[in-house]
Amino acid sequence: MWKSLHIDPAKCTGCLQCEMACSYENTGVFNPSKSRIKVFNFETEGRKVPYTCTQCTEAWCLNACPVDAIRIDLSTGAKMVYEDTCVGCKVCTIACPFGTINYNQDSGKVQKCDLCEGDPACEKACPTGAITYVDADWTGLDKMRAWAAKANTPATAA
Amino acid sequence: MGWNRKVLRVNLTAGTCQEEPLNMQWAQDYLGSRGLATKYLVSETDPKVDPLSPDNKMIMSTGPLTGTMASTGGRYTIVTKGPLTGAIACSNSGGFFGAEMKFAGWDMIIFEGKSPKPVYLFLENEKAELRDAGHLWGKSCWETEETIKHELQDPLVRVSSIGLAGENQVMFACVVNDLHRAAGRSGVGAVMGSKNLKAVALRGTRGTSGIKDFPAFMKATTEAKKVLADNAVTGQGLPKFGTQVLMNVINEMGALPTRNHRDVQFEDAGKISAEAMHEKRPSDGKAHLVTNAACFGCTIACGRISEIDKGHFTVKNSPQYWGASGGLEYEAAWALGAANGVGDLEALQYANLICNEQGMDPISFGATVGAVMEMYEMGVLTKEQLGIESPFGSPEALAKMVEMTARGEGFGKEIGLGSKRLCEKYGHPELSMSVKGQEFPAYDSRAIQGMGLAYATSNRGACHLRGYTVASEVLGIPVKTDPLVTEGKPELVKAFQDATAVFDSAGICVFTSFAWTLADVQPQLAAACEGDWSMEKLNEVGERIWNMERQYNNAAGFTAKDDNLPPRLTTEPAKTGPAKGLVNGLATMLPEYYKVRGWTPEGVPTTETRERLGL
Repeated sequence: MWKSLHIDPAKCTGCLQCEMACSYENTGVFNPSKSRIKVFNFETEGRKVPYTCTQCTEAWCLNACPVDAIRIDLSTGAKMVYEDTCVGCKVCTIACPFGTINYNQDSGKVQKCDLCEGDPACEKACPTGAITYVDADWTGLDKMRAWAAKANTPATAA
Repeated sequence: MGWNRKVLRVNLTAGTCQEEPLNMQWAQDYLGSRGLATKYLVSETDPKVDPLSPDNKMIMSTGPLTGTMASTGGRYTIVTKGPLTGAIACSNSGGFFGAEMKFAGWDMIIFEGKSPKPVYLFLENEKAELRDAGHLWGKSCWETEETIKHELQDPLVRVSSIGLAGENQVMFACVVNDLHRAAGRSGVGAVMGSKNLKAVALRGTRGTSGIKDFPAFMKATTEAKKVLADNAVTGQGLPKFGTQVLMNVINEMGALPTRNHRDVQFEDAGKISAEAMHEKRPSDGKAHLVTNAACFGCTIACGRISEIDKGHFTVKNSPQYWGASGGLEYEAAWALGAANGVGDLEALQYANLICNEQGMDPISFGATVGAVMEMYEMGVLTKEQLGIESPFGSPEALAKMVEMTARGEGFGKEIGLGSKRLCEKYGHPELSMSVKGQEFPAYDSRAIQGMGLAYATSNRGACHLRGYTVASEVLGIPVKTDPLVTEGKPELVKAFQDATAVFDSAGICVFTSFAWTLADVQPQLAAACEGDWSMEKLNEVGERIWNMERQYNNAAGFTAKDDNLPPRLTTEPAKTGPAKGLVNGLATMLPEYYKVRGWTPEGVPTTETRERLGL
């Protein structure tokens, strides 16, 4: 069963623990500038929004790559960048409609969320549950439950 | 490690930026941030220096836990000699600026001299340059940040700057980073302004790599975060209500200084409380509070983001203030509100916005307004002088004064002197509610006795963040003590002061100490930093830092006479509440405190104490 990173911006406080955890997982140091998840702070609206790759099925990045450096990990569904194949041409960064695959000057390759082999560091680091890792088929479950809870339908009502 | 081992020295007179190695022996003895920067300041400057002269230095410093996954590990400190007090100034700020300094590869920036013209420092990893800031002079902190990001074409730059208040040498000007976080007290912004330094812009992409043992560090920080999450104050109270959760609690204790400390309870406390910020306004049906917010790495998230009532008289013609912005937190709400009897939440938010926008400490500003209003009611100051009728409780006067003070217009110039100089000038020095020239925060020491001693002996003048015995006397953290008695308070104050010096110097937020003791910090430091970081050593480091600050102040000319409270608190009994009839018992506590500290009856560390601490 695949899972998806599920983001609830209303719970985000903007602490950037996710960015630090992501960079630590992938580079071994605390370095938000190398994080594959970014938190955006819309100051005048009071909104903080974490954003990362949604692992598209028909992934633009994967389809655009001229050297087939982006492939699917069948165990997690993550679209993976294979650094030994990537030539750093950045075509994928143009193809991605969401901007979630980016070039890394230090490695000369592109980088994107790879779901940490099915155990995402950002999700573990999030102190408020704004980032969760849930059944890919049921990312709407919490919202459905919230609406269901509002339904006033005791069986004996009428 | 924990440290990057790199200091940037910026000579503003010569216009040079030079890298030098961090003194690692000092790092072992003074940890980082507050302690380490103070060690540099006391070693490099004359304690008698004029705070606003080029000979004063201003140091921005991180701690070993800044820029790490330790919860709240994003703090930095500005250390300098403070113009408001003439004492050591040491103002700590959260936001994201401190961590960025670490990510760029630096521990500390030392500013010395004075630039011949306005400049700002741009520091991008190894590259440091002073850039012209002529076009930024006259701009607010908010405009400055926006302009710098635009001209560098980099929205990820972190900016710390002064607004009009710092430019105009308001004695309680602060340095604002990330729009609404501030190194707030003692006038560090005026020092920055005196150096013609408008801003510091940072961009770091190197990251924090110098952790001694990463796996041990991850384990220690994860466990410590759980302690914060499981604690009622840091896990529930602060995220939901912010520091404002205290307003009603402190008012009920009869410890909410009201109308320049004439009263100890405010009849409108409920209107300016955390609960009020959650309530829907009749005017527009919206709650004042929009959301909470965290500083870098913080798993508490006490920050408040609020939206002012667009129809309120303060902003109805100023749409630039209609968006969500920082505030109100407890100290600001008290100083702008109860301290001058104003119970209009929207007016307080407006004053708070201007303080953030133009870089002013709302505590000292609000408390100075309290003194102005008292002198107005006494007939010492008149409407003609002030430009507006200014009785206690007037939101109109508050709003006008905050604008005038930031811009240095009219009577605002006088308010910008701070309450001590202002009250002396108008013949009523007793009305300045301050210690060593710095105004009190939001706890009346007649009803919380230990705070009187903490204020009187605070090395940066009256302050709640040097020894927050409120935790013990009000909240029972780590143990409950009776707020109305003086017994045991000297030991309590010393313990809080020394421990706080360690929290500050580590690069974390002192609010963690609602849940953490040093025993929770110790494993995090031990995993991050090379060397011995036992509990014993941490206690010693805290005490060493405190005594070093004391020695600096003594050398600057302060004596035991300055460890004092205004006569109102020691001779005018509280009129209402649980402390009715009480004054603060400082005279009982102070000699005992000196003994506990290992100081002479004159308040000077004895030779034995200095030798024990290696001073």
